Amino acid sequence: MAADPLFELLLRMGDNTLILAQRLSQWCGHGPTLEEDIALANIALDLTGHTQLWLGLAGEVEGAGRDADGLAFHRDVWDFRNTLLVEQPNGDFGQTIMRQYLFDAWHVLQLEALRESSNPQVAEIAEKAIKEVSYHQERSSETVIGLGDGTEESHARMQAALDLLLPYVGEFFANDAVDEIMKEAGIAPLPDSLRSAFDEQITPVMQAATLTVPDTDFAHSGGKSGRQHSEHLGHILPQMQWLQRAYPDASW
Amino acid sequence: MSAADHEWPLWEIFIRGQHGLNHRHVGSLHAADAEAAIRNARDVYTRRNEGVSIWAVRADDIVASSPGKKGPLYEPANSKVYRHPTFFDIPDDVGAM
Amino acid sequence: MYAQMVKSTGTGVKSLDEMDPRERAFQERIDAGEKIEPKDWMPEEYRKTLIRQIGQHAHSEIVGQLPEGNWITRAPTLERKAILLAKVQDEAGHGLYLYCAAETLGVSRDEMTRMLLDGRMKYSSIFNYPTLTWADMGAVGWLVDGAAIMNQVPLQRTSYGPYSRAMIRICKEESFHQRQGFDIMMKMANGTAAQKKMAQDALNRFWYPALMMFGPSDKDSVHSAQSMAWKIKMNTNDELRQKFVDQTVPQAEYLGLTVPDDKLAWNEERGHYDFSEPDWDEFYDVLKGNGPCNRERLAARQKAWDDNQWVRDGLLAHAQKREAMKVAAE
Repeated sequence: MAADPLFELLLRMGDNTLILAQRLSQWCGHGPTLEEDIALANIALDLTGHTQLWLGLAGEVEGAGRDADGLAFHRDVWDFRNTLLVEQPNGDFGQTIMRQYLFDAWHVLQLEALRESSNPQVAEIAEKAIKEVSYHQERSSETVIGLGDGTEESHARMQAALDLLLPYVGEFFANDAVDEIMKEAGIAPLPDSLRSAFDEQITPVMQAATLTVPDTDFAHSGGKSGRQHSEHLGHILPQMQWLQRAYPDASW
Repeated sequence: MSAADHEWPLWEIFIRGQHGLNHRHVGSLHAADAEAAIRNARDVYTRRNEGVSIWAVRADDIVASSPGKKGPLYEPANSKVYRHPTFFDIPDDVGAM
Repeated sequence: MYAQMVKSTGTGVKSLDEMDPRERAFQERIDAGEKIEPKDWMPEEYRKTLIRQIGQHAHSEIVGQLPEGNWITRAPTLERKAILLAKVQDEAGHGLYLYCAAETLGVSRDEMTRMLLDGRMKYSSIFNYPTLTWADMGAVGWLVDGAAIMNQVPLQRTSYGPYSRAMIRICKEESFHQRQGFDIMMKMANGTAAQKKMAQDALNRFWYPALMMFGPSDKDSVHSAQSMAWKIKMNTNDELRQKFVDQTVPQAEYLGLTVPDDKLAWNEERGHYDFSEPDWDEFYDVLKGNGPCNRERLAARQKAWDDNQWVRDGLLAHAQKREAMKVAAE
């Protein structure tokens, strides 16, 4: 393995929050109601704050003089370590909120475990983030329930969103060499150890939402390892990074 | 169904701040139900850490005094001026009170 | 000032003697600095004018999210992204407060939205101009928010209670908006040659549209006179425009940028800057729908409304089902 596993772990955390925040911020000014518009922006703001912490720490750990902005704005697709789920397009509001809930359900469990990390800086960031992320989950789960159990149309859209996105969930729970080393060092949990708690979280929510969890074990992968992202990331990055790349001498 | 029936009901939001003061009316918002009203209030009215406890009341359920009765409702209080600290003339020598 | 050209339908300001007793009592309360509250009696024209004005102000906040929202995904640093997102989110909040204030006058938010979408209600002309570079985020904060504040600060004292309270909350929250804009401008003006060029270009494009925000001269307008008597308009358009120019020109000098006006000069005698009027033909064109971005702005609002009807209906249907179950269980 080329890179420091701790650096990899921190990129995985920070890239997930960075790319999801970027996606969510596209809703600003276009939400279903002002209340929902404001709520989505709050989630994007929280995640942007987490990104600064995770990528900031990643830069420190790397020790190559890159800060959070350096990492966010000056890496290309193959260097990103976010899961495929968060780079999926916003789609309709149902797709956005389903993506959010599936992410939140994993995120809460991951942060709960990271709070116990043997690395005090990791534990500290997790401690700060978990309060906000618990609220994200409360809001997204209730919205999934409301729309799943709403009208015929809203139910159909939420079912379609779940069918579309569930195959992107497996990636969060697949162990790899980085995870094994992090587990060994007591820094992070093994991803597959969170799976049953995740299922326990989403099952009653999907039930209340009258949605059927598709019976498939298939899981897309390639995001968190950086092996093969979706084409979508290749469109997110140029937009996000354009100013930094076009005016490399400028400070903003 | 008329267009208006589609609209989420209006809620009045009351927030109690950090320092233990009474819940205070901060404004209104729309939400489909009470739980959503609380969540929306958190997102809309506590963006700057303004509060620790939120009440949401359906605007329709608020009972308000009628403006015409202003006299009878408030006159008794107005006559009890001694309830206000400035009623009492305390000599400067006494110091802060 | 996000409310331009709001017409009261009155025919001129009546003197107290010409008013019927109710109207006179109402005007005397306003003259005495009392607030009018939703359940109080009010002249129908006062109510209608306020709905138009607060509605237009609210629409301006939410349409105003779009030109700045345009740059959130392209902000050059994580911190700038967070600040801009927080600012544009505040605008949604301000729109919300204002719609709620207007709702106390007996019009629903959905009704006002429909009136915006079908063109019966307007929003400020400024938001029909494009944001083309990052410096525009600076110029919008500095000039557009700066101009808005000129109008919003005195409106905290407006006669209608819910409007006044909304403005107080808005002014409190907005204090950082203009500063973040000026901060971007400072960074750009002191930056590389390209950044400085962007900053000057942004000032060139936004200067006159910002002056237009105050609306044409209204010193002889009966509508304005009535609104001022009712204390729902606190200053004439010309007063505010002059104040804006006087405040902004030294700031431009500080930045080392040139205000695009050959006639701009300090007038010692008046104690104010002399300046060129904006092109009012352009202003009326923009109001009529022919600004550079009118179609895009309304189309974006229309799309948000249409595409998400199912969300609003879905959450309401769920709430009603749950309520019905609760009632059945009792």
